[in-house]
Amino acid sequence: MAAPKKSVVAKESGQEKANGSPPEFTKAQELAALRDMLLIRRFEEKAGQLYGMGAIGGFCHLYIGQEAVVVGMQMALKQGDQVITGYRDHGHMLACGMEANGVMAELTGRRGGYSKGKGGSMHMFSMEKNFYGGHGIVGAQVSLGTGLAFANRYRGNDLVSVAYFGDGASNQGQVYESFNMAELWKLPVIYVIENNRYAMGTSVTRSSAQTDFSKRGISFNIPGQQVDGMDVRAVKAAGDEAVAWCRAGKGPFILEMQTYRYRGHSMSDPAKYRTREEVEKIRTDQDPIEQVRNRLLAAKVSEQELKAIDAEVREIVNASADFAQRDPEPDPSELWTDVYR
Amino acid sequence: MPIQVLMPALSPTMEKGNLAKWLKKEGETIKSGDVIAEIETDKATMEVEATDEGTLGKILIPEGTADVAVNTPIATILADGESAADLGKVSAPAAKAAESAPPAEAKAEAPQPKAEAKAPPAAVVEPDPEVPAGTEMITQTIREALRDAMAEEMRRDADVFVMGEEVAEYQGAYKVTQGLLQEFGARRVIDTPITEHGFAGVGVGAAMSGLKPIVEFMTFNFAMQAIDQIINSAAKTLYMSGGQMGCSIVFRGPNGAAARVAAQHSQDYSAWYSQIPGLKVIAPFSAADYKGLLKAAIRDPNPVIFLENEVLYGHTGEVPKLDDYVIPIGKARIVRSGKDVTLISWSNGMTYALKAADELAKEGIEAEVIDLRTLRPMDTETIVASVKKTGRAVTVEEGWQQSGVGAEIAARIMEHAFDYLDAPVARVSGKDVPMPYAANLEKLALPNVAEVVAAAKAVAYR
Repeated sequence: MAAPKKSVVAKESGQEKANGSPPEFTKAQELAALRDMLLIRRFEEKAGQLYGMGAIGGFCHLYIGQEAVVVGMQMALKQGDQVITGYRDHGHMLACGMEANGVMAELTGRRGGYSKGKGGSMHMFSMEKNFYGGHGIVGAQVSLGTGLAFANRYRGNDLVSVAYFGDGASNQGQVYESFNMAELWKLPVIYVIENNRYAMGTSVTRSSAQTDFSKRGISFNIPGQQVDGMDVRAVKAAGDEAVAWCRAGKGPFILEMQTYRYRGHSMSDPAKYRTREEVEKIRTDQDPIEQVRNRLLAAKVSEQELKAIDAEVREIVNASADFAQRDPEPDPSELWTDVYR
Repeated sequence: MPIQVLMPALSPTMEKGNLAKWLKKEGETIKSGDVIAEIETDKATMEVEATDEGTLGKILIPEGTADVAVNTPIATILADGESAADLGKVSAPAAKAAESAPPAEAKAEAPQPKAEAKAPPAAVVEPDPEVPAGTEMITQTIREALRDAMAEEMRRDADVFVMGEEVAEYQGAYKVTQGLLQEFGARRVIDTPITEHGFAGVGVGAAMSGLKPIVEFMTFNFAMQAIDQIINSAAKTLYMSGGQMGCSIVFRGPNGAAARVAAQHSQDYSAWYSQIPGLKVIAPFSAADYKGLLKAAIRDPNPVIFLENEVLYGHTGEVPKLDDYVIPIGKARIVRSGKDVTLISWSNGMTYALKAADELAKEGIEAEVIDLRTLRPMDTETIVASVKKTGRAVTVEEGWQQSGVGAEIAARIMEHAFDYLDAPVARVSGKDVPMPYAANLEKLALPNVAEVVAAAKAVAYR
């Protein structure tokens, strides 16, 4: 964890930086990152609670611990850039600016959910926010995200697509089929590998012959970089460089975000494959939200100001939970709609 | 004895070809490996190499001759010590084959009419309701009809593009995309690596962002690698997104049995895809339907599976000469009307159904033949109306029987026309085995005209 970032194809990408701290954030950036990460954290805690109450059914994969990845990456994107991910997707949606109400109501299967209650936790989309899902098949989003980049190149715009996937999905065949085409056709896609160390219950050392995921593009000549995914500043800095690379028409870029999920794979996972101490140590030493909070306090931002952010976030989350439980279920006629258009 | 050079078969489905050019003259010495002639198949121009040594004794088929049947003697090679005087000493079977070869005068007449390849056979009696009376028709191969459909839609909509293996530089593995690269350029006619799962996903992703891809699979057998993206991503996203995000995309390519390519390259996926809500599935038979339905498929805002048939690619038919010939998806067509029994088929199954109808007519049984054309949504109405009239039905498909399209049709007839049935619905289908390679076994594995005739007579109690 917290390995210094290093560039696999450093010379080509011109990304080699001195080890050490990433570029500082302005106070406004720190506050914005704190607020967005807190929103995800509190939202996910609430989702976990609602799941326990039986209000959310099926699978529910929480993002707690990984918040810096999506928040930092989103800070590197511009309006119109597309985002696509797998099923651990609530954080991505909130980071893209989707409403907490719509996301939570989808989790409870209500008509006000982003997919009118028909998609659930793993399948949500927002054309307006350029969020392309929410995909339940491990690795599928990598080809799809490459297709979004293909469309950008076809249209000749300067937009970039970001395809998020995990260390587990990194072993799927279509990931490499996509890498090959993306580099061959110089598609503007950033592959963000969220390495949270466990593919469900299988640790990377038990599943992956090459555990340095930034190197997974080497045989396709795709540059890659390992990033401290617990430090939102490091994520943003790496995101900026990858975005610049893609927008310049140089093709795809791989970012391995070294991160950690505090909760189990899904709500039904007791996470017996790792020790309580391992989780505690990371929570204590590297928590992405605490890092920002501590930096802000050190910079003499008042406790009060931070508490106000906390309160604002809690209010949004509580309101979303209320809405998601009050909103009616979809009308039975909805069973038959949206199959074709 | 002089050696005969025969017209070679240069693809699994080639029945004849054009003798484009002789590269050796009579009297010239030939070594094994020399290119002696160029043959034009419907897919490509191929060089013919000599496998024997000697002197080119006589050219039997002059260059420029069209439609020379496979195995027709095209030249005679004289071995050392032989002379023109020996030319008559050809072996009996070869001489017999030579009789069926086009006469030398055919040179001036090329291209010859391709009567024996015409699809559908002479039995079409029902005019196409989609075509205004008096419309001029042009004779085209199905391959050309498909190419024209794509080209017209690409001219009409800049968001339409084609991607797949060998679609651009090679001009299409089956030459369906011939000329598209030249007209539309490499931006819109895109050769992919051999990576079905990946490029299907790329196509779906591009469609999700609003483009309209035509994804060609070299055959649908290879689309099994991509079926997750087709079903889980393309077919379901509109529903899973509550109607927000759809996917206008066509997956097309040859489906079903070709000829002598064995089990892994000979499978009918009609039933597989027709089970999936969110997909539309089209499997036409006539050249006109191939064109009009492919244009409709490209314009459709939903994912469409467009199942072609390799055996039919070279067949010709009449295609209406209209600026914009688009056939509505989901409409079956009564190709031949009759009162005694309804034969229901689609794609190459229609070949057996139509020939069987001819045979049945000779025995006084008037078969009504329905070409489904679209498998999903299925035109139940047309099927049921016909069965209510005839009281008997036979389904004909090249695919397997279990959970097949024929089973679905039979169930629908039972649900909607049970009281009208005078006999149980009969199914003629591919046999319940992987496709064998041996010519005789392959024939047995596929449905045939006699089986359709027998089934029709059985349900008609004749």
